[in-house]
Amino acid sequence: MVASQVGTIGSAVESNKSTPTTESVYGTKAVITLDDLSVHYGSFLAVTDVTFNVPKNRITALIGPSGCGKSTVLRCVNRMNDLVATARVGGKILYHGVDINDRAVDPVEVRRRIGMVFQKPNPFPKSIYENVAWGVRINGIKTADMDNLVEQCLRQAALWDEVKDKLKQSGLALSGGQQQRLCIARAMAINPDVILMDEPASALDPISTLKIEDLMRELVKDYTIMIVTHNMQQAARVSDQTVFFSLNERRQGVLVEASPTRELFTNPRDQRTEDYITGRFG
Amino acid sequence: MSDESDAEATARALGLTGSAARKTSEQVIGWILFLCGSLSILTTIGIIVVLIEQAFEFFLEASPIDFLFGTTWTALFKDGEFGVLPLVTATLLVGVLSMCVAIPLGLMAAIYLSEYASPRVRAVLKPFLELLAGIPTIVYGYFALTFINPEVVRRIFPDAQVYNVLSASIAVGIMVLPMVASLSEDSLRAVPSALREAAYGLGATKFEVATQVVVPAALSGVIASFILAISRAVGETMIVALAAGSRAQMNFNPLEGAQTMTAYVVQVVSGDVVAGSTVYKSLFAVGLLLFLMTLLMNIISQWFVARFREEYQ
Amino acid sequence: MISVPGVNDEPVVFGESSQVDRRNRTATVFRYIFFASTIFGILALGTLLWTVIDKGWDWLSWGLITNAPSRKPELAGLNSALFGTIWVISLTILMAFPVGVGAAIYLEEYAPKNRWTKLLQVNISNLAGVPSVVYGLLGLGIFVEIMQIGRVVLAGALTMALLSLPVIIIAGQESLRAVPLSLRQAAYAVGATRWQVVRHHVLPAAFPGILTGTILAISRAIGETAPLLVVGAASYIATRPTGFMDSYTALPIQIYNWTARPQAEFKELAAAGIIVLLVLLLTMNSVAIIVRQRFTNKARW
Repeated sequence: MVASQVGTIGSAVESNKSTPTTESVYGTKAVITLDDLSVHYGSFLAVTDVTFNVPKNRITALIGPSGCGKSTVLRCVNRMNDLVATARVGGKILYHGVDINDRAVDPVEVRRRIGMVFQKPNPFPKSIYENVAWGVRINGIKTADMDNLVEQCLRQAALWDEVKDKLKQSGLALSGGQQQRLCIARAMAINPDVILMDEPASALDPISTLKIEDLMRELVKDYTIMIVTHNMQQAARVSDQTVFFSLNERRQGVLVEASPTRELFTNPRDQRTEDYITGRFG
Repeated sequence: MSDESDAEATARALGLTGSAARKTSEQVIGWILFLCGSLSILTTIGIIVVLIEQAFEFFLEASPIDFLFGTTWTALFKDGEFGVLPLVTATLLVGVLSMCVAIPLGLMAAIYLSEYASPRVRAVLKPFLELLAGIPTIVYGYFALTFINPEVVRRIFPDAQVYNVLSASIAVGIMVLPMVASLSEDSLRAVPSALREAAYGLGATKFEVATQVVVPAALSGVIASFILAISRAVGETMIVALAAGSRAQMNFNPLEGAQTMTAYVVQVVSGDVVAGSTVYKSLFAVGLLLFLMTLLMNIISQWFVARFREEYQ
Repeated sequence: MISVPGVNDEPVVFGESSQVDRRNRTATVFRYIFFASTIFGILALGTLLWTVIDKGWDWLSWGLITNAPSRKPELAGLNSALFGTIWVISLTILMAFPVGVGAAIYLEEYAPKNRWTKLLQVNISNLAGVPSVVYGLLGLGIFVEIMQIGRVVLAGALTMALLSLPVIIIAGQESLRAVPLSLRQAAYAVGATRWQVVRHHVLPAAFPGILTGTILAISRAIGETAPLLVVGAASYIATRPTGFMDSYTALPIQIYNWTARPQAEFKELAAAGIIVLLVLLLTMNSVAIIVRQRFTNKARW
């Protein structure tokens, strides 16, 4: 069952009233729904009680102090946590209504539809052209004109003008900000539905950071974006929905509040949120 | 139940279940790689089976008690006796003597490279030590026979025989010296510099820091390198076959020749050995004993390495 | 000399203490002793090389390479031994390289972290420490006798392949481990399968290290005498092998054969053979180092 609620913890009273749907609050339906998600690394419970929706063509930002599970949650959405031997995921992550952790679901297919950009730019040690083209090739996506596809992706990533004369050069020869935009172009090349960004600008200088933020606002017209960020101001600038995580008394990560960004930053529902955004802790 | 197949159906409709062909090829590749990985188990089983089986047959013809405790080895004679102790004592004698060369020199070289040498000096000296390690043992055997014996051993001990344990042991010691030096040096370098700084801060000299702080801190790793070196020395074949002679007698005089377990194997296969004969089977009995000795030493060495890792990782 | 108030107001004098002097002198003496120990190994290496070159230099000639062994030292050569080594080692590489790399890939990229995998790992470490003569006995007992392959090239190659496998696997694992996790994550994130990630990204990145490790393992195999002796390489054979089921001899075995003869000329011939062997090994190791340099410069991450 798709949960239609703008989620908060312990708001049982509120859920008895007519709960607003994702569509009514953000204007689009939910693409992804996290329902009571929890993640264990071995016997350690890293994050729990995670329930929220991700609306289509909107930017959802996950914020909170370090160690409260934001990146862990993000990595569950494209099943990257499968690569960690000790990770165990509880609860559900529904993608267009299908639980992606179901045994019948192939994680490779999930990752084709839900792309990821990492904190430290990690282009392949291949040419710029190949960086973008490789994902397309191995996914067997038939394209009559690869050159055109590569150009489109690089344009969309606001990188084309800077690299159009040096497509054969190694991707590693670019600056940090350019490498990150290359990684974004690479993620877009396989035409995903959703793009996950794990602190995409934290390793970059302020100017590159602003470029990435502008890029996000452009991309969101075609993609749904989820971003983890340490930078509250960035979340406030860029996102439509903000989800705030924190640590409970047992040092486990928990979701505290998920609200439209303007509301969360001006009139947060939970005291912990207010403490965090006013800098009282974290 | 019907929920599950509903979920599956929706998943399939969205294309989330993936192609069966790709999944099969991934599985096949996984299996091939698994077989490659498991071949090593087959090798170990092969070694154990062939050694035990032939040794077992050998012990049907020659008494195991006489084998393990007998002091006469006249295997190649008619109605020969098969007391293995002469071979074992020769092997251990070579092991001990070679360690007298390799351990002090190797450890001191390791201390120098780790604690004293500048990075540039290290970069020059280390490759030479690695070169030493890469020289085939037959070359060391030749060196023992044509240089160490006439020019070194017999100049100091003119009564030494043409083939003697000492020359071979010195060559074996030089051969394993790089192993001791390299492994010990790795362990010494792994000791955190905070420990050294604390000692220097108390006014210790470099010698005192190296010998009283760093080496004791790295002791497990250093001992592991010693044991590995002994294991290598014990398993060494060509140096002793060429330079230590083929006299299988209980003998503790390093200036005389003696035959080690490995040299015996070489002697037998260099002649005409008939498969199924007692002599043939004796090869495997000796081989089994050698295998167990080196296995034991390797396991002990690994235990020391594990202890060292616990302390520093 | 500086005098400062110390414990209990007693003056502490810097720059005057026989105990400190003695300790410093000990430190200096031992510094030289430690250095001398390091140099000892290099001196030994130099002496060894000098002995070999001195004895064997006069016997180096093209004849050494092209002649077959003979009872007369002037006519003797390494031809059959060189070809025997080439035959055996080529077959060894053909068998050991794919299996070794496959095993390394399995252990690093595919194997779950459970007890069976740990057992495999320990087993490989142990196999690396088994004396080479025991591998020879394995070859003799199983390949030569039970499988009745006989004392031919194939049996020698199978034995040497088993001997080289642990070294290739361990070197391969180290190279694979050195590839950073971020590269794998980037590939998985665009929807690649495990084999696609390994084949297109991890393996190419690890390849220089794997190649270097394999070359070193093979060069060790070339110098191994004992296992081939046990498995039936002939001490004296004048013909080259023409097939995998032919009798053979090998370079280190020919050297052994000559060294063991009483005549002084054969000892000198053996030295010449050693020079050939060392040159061959030096070439291979240099190739390994060049490979490592060239490829590490290309793939920076």
